[in-house]
Amino acid sequence: MPAARKNGQQTVWFENPPVIVSTATIVGSKEGQGPLGHTFDKVIEDAYYGEKTWERGERRMLQEAMQTAVQRANLQPQNIDFLLAGDLLNQIISANFTARDLGIPFIGLYGACSTMYESMALGAMLIDGGFAENVLIGVSSHNATAERQYRYPTEQGVQRPMYAQWTVTGAAAAVLSRQGTGPVITHATIGKVVDLGQGDPLDMGAAMAPAAADTMARHLSDTGRRPDYYDLFVTGDLGLYGRELALKLMQHRGYDIANRFNDCGVMIYSPDQDVHAGGSGCACSGVVTCGYLIQEIKAGRLKRIFGVGTGALLSPISAQQGETVPGIAHGVVIEGR
Amino acid sequence: MSPAHKQSPAGKTYDAGENMSAVKDDQPLETQKKQYKQMVDEVKPKPRVWRNVFWAFVVGGLIALLGQFLVVFYQSRGLPLSEAGAATSATLVFLAALLTGLGIYDEIARFAGAGSIVPITGFANSMVSPALEYRGEGLVLGVGARLFTVAGPVLVFGIVTAWAVALLYYFFR
Repeated sequence: MPAARKNGQQTVWFENPPVIVSTATIVGSKEGQGPLGHTFDKVIEDAYYGEKTWERGERRMLQEAMQTAVQRANLQPQNIDFLLAGDLLNQIISANFTARDLGIPFIGLYGACSTMYESMALGAMLIDGGFAENVLIGVSSHNATAERQYRYPTEQGVQRPMYAQWTVTGAAAAVLSRQGTGPVITHATIGKVVDLGQGDPLDMGAAMAPAAADTMARHLSDTGRRPDYYDLFVTGDLGLYGRELALKLMQHRGYDIANRFNDCGVMIYSPDQDVHAGGSGCACSGVVTCGYLIQEIKAGRLKRIFGVGTGALLSPISAQQGETVPGIAHGVVIEGR
Repeated sequence: MSPAHKQSPAGKTYDAGENMSAVKDDQPLETQKKQYKQMVDEVKPKPRVWRNVFWAFVVGGLIALLGQFLVVFYQSRGLPLSEAGAATSATLVFLAALLTGLGIYDEIARFAGAGSIVPITGFANSMVSPALEYRGEGLVLGVGARLFTVAGPVLVFGIVTAWAVALLYYFFR
């Protein structure tokens, strides 16, 4: 027997759609200079954020974003039932160490850059399942900490290919509640790991596009909805070329979303910022969703969106050992209320 | 300001032409992978070879010119040629290390590519950048252990090649 609140193969729906009651975003200076700069709560100019190491700076951003989100929801940390968070660093230290300081029951998540949407989906399930009243979710990434872990030392002089992306420095947090006012989460589509054999660890857009298209197409077939049901399909960090690939893959499956499809990685920087294919990282979909997109939904300019967090599930070791780059994509329907 | 989500993809209009390769999800996975690879190759931007070659030539040439200038300068101050060469190398390494520390060298390298990687300044950059990067993990296990993360392979294969060539020279001269 299929589960009571499951639609089709991969989609769940919520009986009482959980509410996104508050959000908070912090970004670095490059993101602050981008076209969405005015939509973020705080722009920090110092990549260390006054700390001794970049890792500590990233942690401080995450902690501050989370505390702001909790305050804005008029809650205390002890009112939060679960904290769901993740980041890109080994053993998700940014999330773990932040959770240490917050003292909220914590479930650490790793979905690479899809973690924001993974935590939104799981948080909504916890609430609608009756296991939680309030859930705090959050993600962070930092250009310098990610570069050193996945690629080169930051001051190393290298020429990046045009399809490479730029890890977003920032942190995003949101409080999901059973009741309250704000946009609601009505459905979540949990993605499968998809690998079409892309092996270039610098070309993550091409690695993740099949997963993104798979989740979007699966969502539409699970719910029986047509693409024009949504104002916007928005992926996390496919970048310019990954977005083009995902569009084509959708077209091959018979879905035309070209006039209602964008990517947070493309939106967050302008072409003259010389970031090549666009932004990436947990914070990329995190800050664009918790900033710009939620604001547009609240203002009524977007009514219903299908957001898809995209993650490249590689590690530096898997890449060096010649493995291909598997991708994953989790989708969440956010509606204005 | 137009809403950011309505931006067109980098001025390109999306066109699903008839001849585009298609990935059919009812095909076996290996076939899909082949089809997808073809599609990625169509979409992926080609490296701008001529532009990159031009800047590599200009910047690499300028570094070499600076080196030659230094050699002549040190010779004019009374150093014999071999020692003027050593002093030149030391000066270039110092300059590259300084520029790395100031966060300028990687900005140059983004345009110059091989032009700033191949000369001795690139070697200096590849040692100073991990030293800066891993300082947070301490002097011994951070800087000490990671100093050669990028330069290490250059040294290993450089020394092995030198050794092999010397061996050949010894037997066949």
